[in-house]
Amino acid sequence: MYGNAYIDPNEKPKSIIDGEDPIKLAEFEARIARGEKIEPKDWMPREYRKQLIRMIEQHAHSEIIGALPEGTWITRAPGFKRKLALMAKVQDEVGHAQLLYSAAETLGKSREAMINDLITGKSKYSNVFNYPAFTWADACIIAWLIDAGAIINQVANAKGSYGPYCRALDRICTEESFHLKYGHDNVVTLATGTPTQRKMVQEALNRWWPPIMHFFGPSDKISNHTEILMRWKVKMATNDDMRQQFLNMYVPKIWDLGLTVPDANLKKNEETGKWEYTEPDWDEFKRVINGDGPCNAERLAVRRMAEERGRWVREALHTPKSTYVVPLA
Amino acid sequence: MNHIKELLYKMADDLLILGHRNSEWTGLGPILEEDIAFSSMAQDKIGQSQTLFQLLHDLGEQEPDTVAFTRNANQFHNAIITELPNMDYAFSIMRHFLYDTADQLRFDMLANSSYEPLAKVARKVKGELKYHVFHANTWVKKLGNATEESHARMQTALNEIWDDALGLFEESTFEEQLIKEGVFVGEVELKNRWLAIISPILSDSMLTIPHESTWKPNIGGRVGKHTEHLQPLLDEMSEVFKIDPTAEW
Repeated sequence: MYGNAYIDPNEKPKSIIDGEDPIKLAEFEARIARGEKIEPKDWMPREYRKQLIRMIEQHAHSEIIGALPEGTWITRAPGFKRKLALMAKVQDEVGHAQLLYSAAETLGKSREAMINDLITGKSKYSNVFNYPAFTWADACIIAWLIDAGAIINQVANAKGSYGPYCRALDRICTEESFHLKYGHDNVVTLATGTPTQRKMVQEALNRWWPPIMHFFGPSDKISNHTEILMRWKVKMATNDDMRQQFLNMYVPKIWDLGLTVPDANLKKNEETGKWEYTEPDWDEFKRVINGDGPCNAERLAVRRMAEERGRWVREALHTPKSTYVVPLA
Repeated sequence: MNHIKELLYKMADDLLILGHRNSEWTGLGPILEEDIAFSSMAQDKIGQSQTLFQLLHDLGEQEPDTVAFTRNANQFHNAIITELPNMDYAFSIMRHFLYDTADQLRFDMLANSSYEPLAKVARKVKGELKYHVFHANTWVKKLGNATEESHARMQTALNEIWDDALGLFEESTFEEQLIKEGVFVGEVELKNRWLAIISPILSDSMLTIPHESTWKPNIGGRVGKHTEHLQPLLDEMSEVFKIDPTAEW
């Protein structure tokens, strides 16, 4: 599961293709326009490489950090069926991280360097995982709606231009579609269950709605930068488009279950076909993404602890003869 | 049937509790690949325990979920070794090696059990355990032979866990009946075969089994006498289920 890659809207727009060979750049853009995939050894603009590493790396980090709030509920899952399914789901997420780190490595950054940037706070991960999963119902809402959002994002990105990332995403999307079914089944069970269960799931939805609305990121500032990244098929859809798609697909399903979305202004404008909603608190989003969310410190501390405790194992795996090999694309 | 129930309970409880411990590595493994491996093994173990609880249910015990998620520590029959916290990775790998080798042998022997429902399960489970043992052997050899630190950690883990591992072979009051009826060849036989298999692997890994004169098998788990670590594990495991044990989750 994952959220949209966060591309800083304030980044300087003009420098993105400065200094690139115009002939090679034209050839590269023509290939993408023809629908060809770019492979690791092909020529690519510096900014293309940089943005892809950033996106894929953020995606990979989100998978392993996302395993933490959900993993807490593996040991508490009620009954064999749920316990087995949740273990398999979270295992998939860690497997996604493995696939994605490999895809990013083909662009020239090692897994070790990426994980180091994660635990030192240099690179980001999806903001939603900086919120706590207080109850079992929170874990169920995450598995349904956060994974649903992730699928929308990943299906779009799977049509992008970088071959290794697209291939990883194809496999990830297949697995995510099972997660979605798992999450939906859990939420249906709670929403149609005892009064206590219904209360649990409604409260979890109330807690998770703001992070879900934040999930796709703020409206994109239409800049030269964004346009180029969309032309290069690095960014495949605008944040608002994906949010609309999510609301369109899932709000009716939430209502069907008799649950209330905690936004009195949420409705579909039949004329425009667009959903209207209370604008999420983007100041909070920025605060959390910059480290001041309810769980940022805890998530990174746990990840750092795991890295430190595992160091001797990784050292034991290195032999004098071992050399670094970039994974197959 | 009490002798068979007792055998099934201890096996199912071992698998449930160790599976639970294995699952605690999720998100925290030393490398992603090991995170995934421990999760796979956790899923196998918990799945296997569910199958054994189902056999118990067929013999008149309560539903698997009820049995697994509502008993207290003193009603559990798992060996002490399975309930101990994960500690460092060396401890988890050493436990995995000692336990899974014993488990594979147990299921191998049970594949010929006169109690056909169990024999049938054992023949299926054997195939899954092959990979667990392969994984354990690979890591024990690797870490035993790698750096000074990894070797020292593995030897410490072996020393610390040895008596707990011997507790796996705590004999039941039904031992004679199980052997006589051909249900199971018995704990003594299992322990001897286990020692014959683990000894050369440990010595290939430059690791030394504590001297036999010091062995004090840590028993009691099979009759509900556990360490302070089991009840908190069970409280966590049943936290959601117990909100309403009659509800569908």
